[in-house]
Amino acid sequence: MGLLLLSSAVLLGWSLGANDAANIFGTAVATRMVRFRTAAIYCGVFVVLGAVISGAGTTKTLGELGAVNALGGSFMVALAAALAVMWMTRAGLPVSVTQAIVGAILGWNVFTGSRTDITALTEIVSSWVICPILAGVFAAAFYLIARKVIEVRPIHLLELDAATRTGLIIAGAFGAYSLGANNIANVMGAFVPAFPARAFELGPVFSLSMKQLLFMLGGFAIAAGAFFHSHRVMMTVGRGLFRLTPVTALVVVLSEAIVLFLFASQSLEGWLASRGLPTIPLVPVSSSQAVIGAIVGIAIVKGGRGVRYAILGKVAAGWAATPLMAALITFVGLFFLQNVFGMMVARPQPYVITEPVLERLSEEGVASMELEGLKGTRYPDAWAFTRALEQRADLDRDQMNTVLEFAERDSFYVDPRLIPSLDRSVLSEEQLRGVESLSYRAFSHEWQFLERLASSSPKWKTEIGKRPEADEPFAVRHVLDTFRVDLSESARGSTRK
Amino acid sequence: MAMTRLFEKTKILESQIDEYLNHASEVGLLLLEAIRDYLSGRQEQFESRRRQVSDLEKHADTLRHDVEHELYVETLIPESRGDVLGILEQTDDVINAAKVSLEQFSVEKPDIPAELVDDFLELADYGNRAVQELVMGIRAYFRTSSSVTDHVHKVAFWEKEADKVGERLKRRIFGMDCDLACRIHRSSFVGHIDGVADQAEDVSERLTISAIKRSI
Repeated sequence: MGLLLLSSAVLLGWSLGANDAANIFGTAVATRMVRFRTAAIYCGVFVVLGAVISGAGTTKTLGELGAVNALGGSFMVALAAALAVMWMTRAGLPVSVTQAIVGAILGWNVFTGSRTDITALTEIVSSWVICPILAGVFAAAFYLIARKVIEVRPIHLLELDAATRTGLIIAGAFGAYSLGANNIANVMGAFVPAFPARAFELGPVFSLSMKQLLFMLGGFAIAAGAFFHSHRVMMTVGRGLFRLTPVTALVVVLSEAIVLFLFASQSLEGWLASRGLPTIPLVPVSSSQAVIGAIVGIAIVKGGRGVRYAILGKVAAGWAATPLMAALITFVGLFFLQNVFGMMVARPQPYVITEPVLERLSEEGVASMELEGLKGTRYPDAWAFTRALEQRADLDRDQMNTVLEFAERDSFYVDPRLIPSLDRSVLSEEQLRGVESLSYRAFSHEWQFLERLASSSPKWKTEIGKRPEADEPFAVRHVLDTFRVDLSESARGSTRK
Repeated sequence: MAMTRLFEKTKILESQIDEYLNHASEVGLLLLEAIRDYLSGRQEQFESRRRQVSDLEKHADTLRHDVEHELYVETLIPESRGDVLGILEQTDDVINAAKVSLEQFSVEKPDIPAELVDDFLELADYGNRAVQELVMGIRAYFRTSSSVTDHVHKVAFWEKEADKVGERLKRRIFGMDCDLACRIHRSSFVGHIDGVADQAEDVSERLTISAIKRSI
């Protein structure tokens, strides 16, 4: 069933490949600097590599926006995004898959009453403005450098041609890697929380996590879309939309690749953070927006001539309409999926303030007498809980988020019969002993479980201490998934999920 | 690996184009020297230079075809290919004009009186200068499009000077005391030599447009 539901992600990946590969290799292929077959192969290989090696960062941000926690929900989110993309494409409006998936996730949040992380949403929406501007700045700078170099160091036309071709392939490969790293979250991000964390052995030394496997599948879908379906779009982008020389095409591709990479690189984020510098948020951004920004940047440097503002206006309209359309399709689709087909589109996520929660909030500096009045009441979702908090307590945004985080009700039971099924390739002996020390214990909140786990062994303390800056350690997720109890079963007294 | 092959092929093509332009330049120089030999009565040297020009023209044709073939097969310089091949083809017309001019001298053996020798030599000299500036302009096009105009305006200058000398020559020829056939015959050779500078100017006009299109 899970594999069937992944079909919508494959469809979305295919659409992304068919559309976005053109942004990377379109001009190179249309000007016949690079053959289509060569472009498609490079695109495919590097997209998969980018997705598997560097796709985690942006997936985390998308997950913070809305953690789609049931396969049915993931299916509809991906399908709605794919339909919105196809609909807008047929209407002749340029489309951003990133914006479609964000709209679809918001639609899921609204339908299920789940919390929308405003910080994550702000990061994502602001990136839609920053991305084209940044690409424009890079493109303008590179263009001026290229022009100066060619002026100062006369290079033979044929040599320049060969260097440009080589540059287009290298930049294209980098662009494909960045596309995979940055956009795999769009394709598979909605499915990652819904699949259990597991490891897969591929030979004696190589293993892939479930997340990497999903990313690989998404990468292959993107690669297939690029190989089988992008030729026509490449020719349109390369010739019909914008007239670029091979050197300016190289500048555009390079700028786009760098911007996408900047918004996906966890190592760069870590480096900047370690030096106290402002970090670039890890969010999926649109390669189309980056390309358009780069081209406008070059046009401005050339004096602003040749910019067709009517087309820019149409592009902006498309960018605004896409998330709205995706959100609407998701909402309607989830309704049918849940009420007509009886499929679970979201795992219940209730909220309750208990005594341990109040103590923990006090430690975090959120002490409020009004919260006492809410103690013991169970709220079915984030919407209801947030409304109650707003009515009864005077909390700022950060305090509200803290309360939501700690009051989120979950259910874990460390059943000793499940301990042998834990993946020993992921957990050390020390970690396993730590889990065993918690046998027969039940926890109502994820933070309680993790705190007990952290105090059980130094290794767990280190592992858990990495959250939330890094992507969730696989070992932590694996243990949480293994001992999580379905809340509806928990209510009936069952101890197995 | 493929990229190394691409750069190697590029180097070979560059040297072929250079060799082609060298031939064009040599033809201009040989035209001047051959006419000097003819007008001085050195028939043997004239014929030797005429044959040299003919060989250079044949070899230039082969080079041009090879370059054209490689550019199309390897889809090199797609944006500029049409312009480059057009420039090379039109340069071939300059070489042909010089070759035909010398062939006419060889076959028809015009009788050029002593008082017209200096003017004929001046005409051939301006034709040669126009060819030399054209070749430099084409070399500049392949490297720095901004310096093409420096050479193109000189081609136009020498072509105008050649036209002035040509007109002066024709007036003198038709003012001479010989029959009409003789006057027409002599003036046709003015046209042959002047034609080389005219062809060079035609190429330079195309070169100007191509250089403008080449800016990134």
